[in-house]
Amino acid sequence: MKVVLENLTKKFPSRDKKHPEDVIAVKDFDYTVKDGTLVGLLGPSGCGKSTTLNLISGLEKPTVGKIYFGDDDVTKIPPENRGIGLVFQNYALYPHLTVRQNILFPLQNLKGKDKMTKQAMETAALNVAKLVQIENLMERRPAELSGGQQQRVAIARALVKMPKVLLLDEPLSNLDARLRLQTREEIRRIQKETKITTIFVTHDQEEAMSICDEIVVMKDGVVHQTGAPQSVYDDPKNLFVAKFLGMPQINVFEGEVKAGKLVIGKEEVLDVKGVRDGKVYVGIRPEGFKPADDGAFSAELERVEILGRDISVICKSDLSQSGMIRAIVSSENLIDTTKSTVSFNLNPSKVFLFDDKSEERLF
Amino acid sequence: MGSTAKNNLKALLYLLPAVLFLGVFMVYPLIDVFVYSFEEGYNSASQTSFGIGGFNYSYVLHDPYFLQALKNTLILVAITVPTSTILSLLISLGLNTITKLKELFQTIYFLPYVTNTLAVGLVFMILFKKTAYTDGMINFLIKAFGGNSVDFIEGPYWAKMMVLCIYTVWIVMPFKVLVLTSSLASVNPVYYSAARVDGTPPHRIFFRITLPMISPMIFYLVITGFIGAFKAYSDAVALFGTDLNVAEMNTIVGYVYDMLYGDSGGYPSYASAAAIILFAIVLTITVINMLVRNRRLRYVE
Repeated sequence: MKVVLENLTKKFPSRDKKHPEDVIAVKDFDYTVKDGTLVGLLGPSGCGKSTTLNLISGLEKPTVGKIYFGDDDVTKIPPENRGIGLVFQNYALYPHLTVRQNILFPLQNLKGKDKMTKQAMETAALNVAKLVQIENLMERRPAELSGGQQQRVAIARALVKMPKVLLLDEPLSNLDARLRLQTREEIRRIQKETKITTIFVTHDQEEAMSICDEIVVMKDGVVHQTGAPQSVYDDPKNLFVAKFLGMPQINVFEGEVKAGKLVIGKEEVLDVKGVRDGKVYVGIRPEGFKPADDGAFSAELERVEILGRDISVICKSDLSQSGMIRAIVSSENLIDTTKSTVSFNLNPSKVFLFDDKSEERLF
Repeated sequence: MGSTAKNNLKALLYLLPAVLFLGVFMVYPLIDVFVYSFEEGYNSASQTSFGIGGFNYSYVLHDPYFLQALKNTLILVAITVPTSTILSLLISLGLNTITKLKELFQTIYFLPYVTNTLAVGLVFMILFKKTAYTDGMINFLIKAFGGNSVDFIEGPYWAKMMVLCIYTVWIVMPFKVLVLTSSLASVNPVYYSAARVDGTPPHRIFFRITLPMISPMIFYLVITGFIGAFKAYSDAVALFGTDLNVAEMNTIVGYVYDMLYGDSGGYPSYASAAAIILFAIVLTITVINMLVRNRRLRYVE
C-alpha cells in the first residue's frame, strides 16, 4: 500500500502570549511512500518528523492537505479505521498485561466481520511472536523484559493485525548502542519478510541511511530533500542536508569562486566551470581528500588516527567553520607525520558549493 | 566500632521525640485498653477490679445496644464504602474529560472536605428534618411528586439509615475524588493513544487499561474507607443528637463513648472490650484487603 502525502500542513495554536502567531510544525509536505518500502523521516529535534508520523497515523488532524493510503483518501478517517500499526517511542506496552495479552489486545478489539475466534487469535499472536523472535517470552510482563525485548513486543503488537502501513516513532532511541545496531537490522528483516510499507522517524542519520529504501530529510517543518540514502548523500541539495548526512561530518569552508576557479584561503583548489563568481560555502566530504605531495590544498597537520582500514588525518585550519579538517584516506597512503603540513588533491564529486546566502547548492 | 555505637546513639537521639510521643499517646493506651478489657468491673476511681477474664466481652456481645451499634456500623460500611468509591470514580472520570470550568468543579467537589461536620449536619437537618413548620426540603419534593412524607430523623429505621449513609458518602467523597482525579491524570496518555490506534472501544479502555492502572489508588481508598466507616461516630451525632441508643443509630465508636462518658457510662471495662472488638474487625478486614491487593497487583508498578 503506497502512502501519498499531499500538501500536508500542520499548525498548532501558540501558547506563548508574546508570540500569538501559530506554530507551523509541518509545512507543505508532498511525498509518496512507495508500496512495500521502508522510509525514514530524518531530521534534528523539533523538525516536525514526529508530527508528520502522527498525521499519517491519524492521531493528529492536518490543518491543510490530504493523506491517501493507496487510492483511498484517509485524511478524515480516525486512526482505528486506517489499518495502521504504530510503535511508540517508549513502546507503550500495557504494564499489567503479559506479552501474550499485549499482542492479543488489538485482535480482541475487532468487531463484526473481522471478529476472530480465540484459536485464530492465539495462532496469529504466536506467528507474529515467532516473526520477532519472542515466542518464549509470552507469559512475561513488560517490566520483566529488556529494552530490546520490549521493542520487539511493541512491533509484534503493531503487526498482529497485519496493518497496511507500519509506523515507528524513534524506534531505537531507547536502546543502548549495541542493541540499536542489532534491532535496526531486525526492523529491516521484519519489513522485508512482511513487505509492509513502513515509515519510521529518527534523528540518527546513520540509522536512517543504513536500513531505508528512501529517506526524507526535514528541518523546521519543511522537507529539504528526499530520495535513496546514497543519492541524497552524494548529491545534497543544500548545506543543511550536506551537513546533516555523513559521519564524520562534512568539512565546511568559506571560499570564493573567481573565474571558474574555487579559492579557499589563498589557494586555488579546484576548477569549477560554470559557477558564478563570488563568495560560497564549500563542503568537502572527509573521503574527498587525496593525499598528494604537490596537492592543491594544504593544511597544518594536527594528528593522524589509524582506524585499521582507513586513516583519519586531522588538520588545523582557520578556514574551516569548525577550525578543524577531518580527512579519511585509505591506509595505503602513507602520511609523513614528521612534516608540519600535508597537501591534498580534491575529488570533485565530493566537493559541493553552496550559495553564501540561500545555502542552496551551486556545484 | 566506636563510631557505630556513636551513630546508633545519635539515631536514637533523633528518634527520641517520636518514640516518646508515640509511646505515651499510642502504645501505652493501646496496651492499657487491652488490659482493661480483661479486667472485670474495673473502677477508674479506685483503680481496682474484681478479677481477670472474658466477662466484659461476653457482656458486650450480649448487650442489645452493642449489637445494634455493630449492625449499624456494618450496614454503614457495606453501603458507603462501595457507593462512595464508585461515585467518586465516576465524578473523577467526568472531571478528567472536561476542560472548561474544570477547576471550578474540582473546588465544588472538594468543599465538603473543608466544611465543618456539624455545619453539614445542620444542612442535612434543613433537608430532612420534620418540624412544626416544615417537613424539610426532601419531603417537600416527595410530596410534589405525589408521595407520602417520611420522618427521616425520628421516623423509621431505614429512613434514618439512608440519611446517615447519604451523609457519610457525601462527607468522604471529596478526598476520594481528589485522589482519583490526580491518579487518572497521572496515567501516561500514550497508553490511550495506543488503545485508540488499536480501535479499542471506550468501555474496554476503561476496564482493561484505566482501571488496572489506577487500581493501587482504588485499593488504598477502599482500605482507608473501611477504616473510616468503622470509626464513624460524629456523623451520627450531627444528624441524630447524642442519645444514639434511643435513636437506634449508634455506632461501635458511639457505644464505646457512651460506655465511658454517656448517661449510662462509667464502664471503662466494657468500653475497652468493645474497642478491642472493633480493632479486631478492622484489622481482619485490612489484612484481607492487603492479601487481595498483593495478589492482584503483583506485576503493576
